[in-house]
Amino acid sequence: MSNPAITPELIAKHGLTPEEYQKVLDILGREPSFEELGVFSVMWSEHCSYKNSRPELRKFPTTGPSVLVKAGEENAGVIDIGDGWAVAFKIESHNHPSAVEPFQGAATGVGGIIRDIFTMGARPVFLMDSLRFGSIEGDSEQAKTNRRLFAGVVAGIAHYGNCIGLPTVAGEVYFDESYSGNPLVNAFCLGILRHEQIARGAAEGVGNPVFYVGAETGRDGLAGAAFASRELTEESKADRPAVQVGDPFREKLLLEACLELLATDAVAGIQDMGAAGLTCSTCETASRGGTGVEIDIQLVPQRAKGQTPYEVLLSESQERMLVIVKKGKEDIVKRIFEKWDLPYAEIGKVTDDGKMRVRNGSDVVVEIPARSLADDGPLYHREAAPFTPPAQLDLSSVPQADPDAVLPRLLAHPSIASKRWVWRQYDHMVRTGTAVLPGSDAAVFIVREANKILAAATDCNAVYCRLDPTVGARIAVAECARNLACSGAVPLGVTDNLNFGNPHKPENFYQLRAAVEGISEGCRAFGVPVTGGNVSLYNESPAGAIDPTPTISMVGRIDDASHITTQAFKEAGDQVYLLGGTGNELGGSHYLLAIHGRKEGAPPAMDFDKEKAIHAALLGVIRKGLVRSAHDCSEGGLAVAIAESTFGTRCEGHDRDGGLGATIDLGATNDRPDVVLFNETQGRIILSSKASDAASLEKELSASGVPFRKIGEVTANAELSIKTGTNAYAWKVADLQKTFESAIPNLMES
Amino acid sequence: MAATLSPVMKAAVIQFPGSNCDTDCEAALKSFPGVEAAIVWHKETSLAGYDAIVLPGGFSYGDYLRCGSIARFSPIMGAVRDAANAGVLVIGICNGFQILCEAGLLPGTLQRNTGLLFRCEHRHLRVENTATPFTSVLHKGQVLDIPIAHGEGNYFADPETLRQIEENGQVVLRYCDASGNVTPEANPNGSLGNIAGICSHGRNVFGLMPHPERVCDPLLGGTDGRGIFQSMIEAVQKAKA
Repeated sequence: MSNPAITPELIAKHGLTPEEYQKVLDILGREPSFEELGVFSVMWSEHCSYKNSRPELRKFPTTGPSVLVKAGEENAGVIDIGDGWAVAFKIESHNHPSAVEPFQGAATGVGGIIRDIFTMGARPVFLMDSLRFGSIEGDSEQAKTNRRLFAGVVAGIAHYGNCIGLPTVAGEVYFDESYSGNPLVNAFCLGILRHEQIARGAAEGVGNPVFYVGAETGRDGLAGAAFASRELTEESKADRPAVQVGDPFREKLLLEACLELLATDAVAGIQDMGAAGLTCSTCETASRGGTGVEIDIQLVPQRAKGQTPYEVLLSESQERMLVIVKKGKEDIVKRIFEKWDLPYAEIGKVTDDGKMRVRNGSDVVVEIPARSLADDGPLYHREAAPFTPPAQLDLSSVPQADPDAVLPRLLAHPSIASKRWVWRQYDHMVRTGTAVLPGSDAAVFIVREANKILAAATDCNAVYCRLDPTVGARIAVAECARNLACSGAVPLGVTDNLNFGNPHKPENFYQLRAAVEGISEGCRAFGVPVTGGNVSLYNESPAGAIDPTPTISMVGRIDDASHITTQAFKEAGDQVYLLGGTGNELGGSHYLLAIHGRKEGAPPAMDFDKEKAIHAALLGVIRKGLVRSAHDCSEGGLAVAIAESTFGTRCEGHDRDGGLGATIDLGATNDRPDVVLFNETQGRIILSSKASDAASLEKELSASGVPFRKIGEVTANAELSIKTGTNAYAWKVADLQKTFESAIPNLMES
Repeated sequence: MAATLSPVMKAAVIQFPGSNCDTDCEAALKSFPGVEAAIVWHKETSLAGYDAIVLPGGFSYGDYLRCGSIARFSPIMGAVRDAANAGVLVIGICNGFQILCEAGLLPGTLQRNTGLLFRCEHRHLRVENTATPFTSVLHKGQVLDIPIAHGEGNYFADPETLRQIEENGQVVLRYCDASGNVTPEANPNGSLGNIAGICSHGRNVFGLMPHPERVCDPLLGGTDGRGIFQSMIEAVQKAKA
């Protein structure tokens, strides 16, 4: 079979601009082969090269005393957690594949991020997911499609995570029209390792053999990285072959085999084959090692006969790794991979000429300087549109809705309602470390082998980001930190997933730049580094760009098991406090969105100093043992937060923490009741304390100087009553909880 | 003298390709003083010297075919069968239960959950029979809180088999509500008779869908799984005495 001639049409089909093609000619000093054109196409896609976002990403704070491996250096960042232990964690998107094939798209997203973690030498210990879909309410074709995407994505995540045996312990799911046709699927994985176990993705040691291990290469996921770097259109369904097919069983074997191999001293370098598959792993390892790598396509284990070198190079078949083995230790690889019944093959060697060279038997089909391919790709400084901050919400234009009816409606809004339907499909307890089950502010996980307690949360309110991306991104970081504080943890590090529209459009590029700015400010304020992450651009459907969604995942540490705190009220008679004041900012709120159908106004302000002081005060009283529950106020404001605290966090049939109510009095006010109950002013926490500890708690909080107020008491009668000024409202907790719990099942199972 | 004491129970946890609760079971067993637990690779062929054998949860061979249907052909299964026939304690949890059924060491089979979705959640179980080596320290009618995590835990057997296991007292655990009532609402997967766990006619082979190893530590939401392992230890001690 002969390769096609290199024509301008073929070049354009590979997503390379005439200028980029000229750069290819300059690097090679000749016309590229068909295979080389494919290699440049995927390596210089946004997904692999970050050519549109790299100048912005450099603004992130990435250093700190605890940083062992910095963002961008390797497959994932690594952070010291003490006693010789470290964590590797990262979040990554699989948005486009999930839009055309939700089950496999989401499943392979999970598989890919797990490989990124064990490539670092870390044993993966838990997963989280941040998901966004269009509205799932109503009978429209679009709503049906969105429900199908939602069900498919959740099933795909469950399939992969459950089978490989990693608990999915936390996450977030939002529903908004802007994601119709372009859902977001961001998967997070955290792994644990000893400092000395950190593995590198560098091809070190000239003459060392290069091994291919794991699943055979097939034709799935051909040029998926390039596919992910285009806008989704009506025709995108034809790109289904660009979606990979996952095999979590193979990955489980690959994980165990690789960790067993890394525990020997046989490995000089290791790299997973993710986006751009064999191409990316060979040229990146050579580039990092300052060496060259030469491989022979004919030696690669293949699933189908008759695949061309082009197909083998660009396949994104899953569950494969490239391992640079120390010469003379080949038998160790053979022994371990035979034990696990996994394919392996010696496919090449490390060279000293700096070239990525691919042979097809005796023919050389690719010969490119590895460093220029990996590091000298195009870089664009895109234009950002000028931005006018949104006007403050004109409250007089918002009719007052009756809080009696609003609270249940907010609790039934799919973005706020219980996500039990989702997490019940995930095994969230395997590996026996989940100390706080999904549904509280942050997941808390005990890492048995390291004797460490970790907490993790993922957040992003994209409505705020749509209205003002800088402020929205600041809030995303602060909310993560607040969720960690509510669980008793101090933050260690951040990984981010920047989901935006086409960067060629100046208004989209402004959003990206502003969000990076906001995240950077937030990370500096909380003293945490960005340890890595992922950029997903071109998130557009025919209806336009998604709301800018810079998803933040934050990992924290809890020093002592007695500090683990959940959001659920614990016992009648406990005193309820509000930290941070009642607030009055309604702009960008879910009350405005869900009840009045308006996505407008300025989002709530973010005052990092106030926020940090509140977290510090909260952690202080948690560590003194004075706090029985803590819950942050987010979407839906105070009323939703208090209602959630009355629900309890245990699973079906288990109301051990539930069956309680609360009597709340928010005091005198000049604000409208809807403003008091549902505003989303930041930096507010509902906490409860034993009555006998109340005096000590108040003394501590007074000394900390943060605004706080006793607002009521937990009651044995399961009713929630809230007074604000002269207005009083009451709901049966059982009714509210039923509304909260049944909203998503009713939509999905009808 | 302590160093030379023999372990109170020596347990083998079988590791099939795709097992993923193997280390969880190992850790739960080792939380009992004097218990030794070892992971045994499925390609081994001997289980000599072990007092108890654990077939852990997971997705053996990916469970792409019927759950457990390939694992039963693993080399180690010959030794498991011999041990079971010799009266050694064998417990299969979740995927391990499915494998024991596929291997014919326990009657019946486990089908897809009636709701078709994977379910992971805490569940209440009523202890039906305490005259087994797995439940002797529990009380008849006691309600345990042990989580499930499965997509195929819907216990099924033909009417004759069902009648026999009910009559023989082989039904050990049933899904129930918090007060111990066995109701359709308390059944998470459609299992016949709300069956969550059964034992062999000889009582020494036990399979259950819930995960007792996940509730052996108060920090992880409960300790209701400990009674099952404690019963095994006492049975081993009694046999040795």
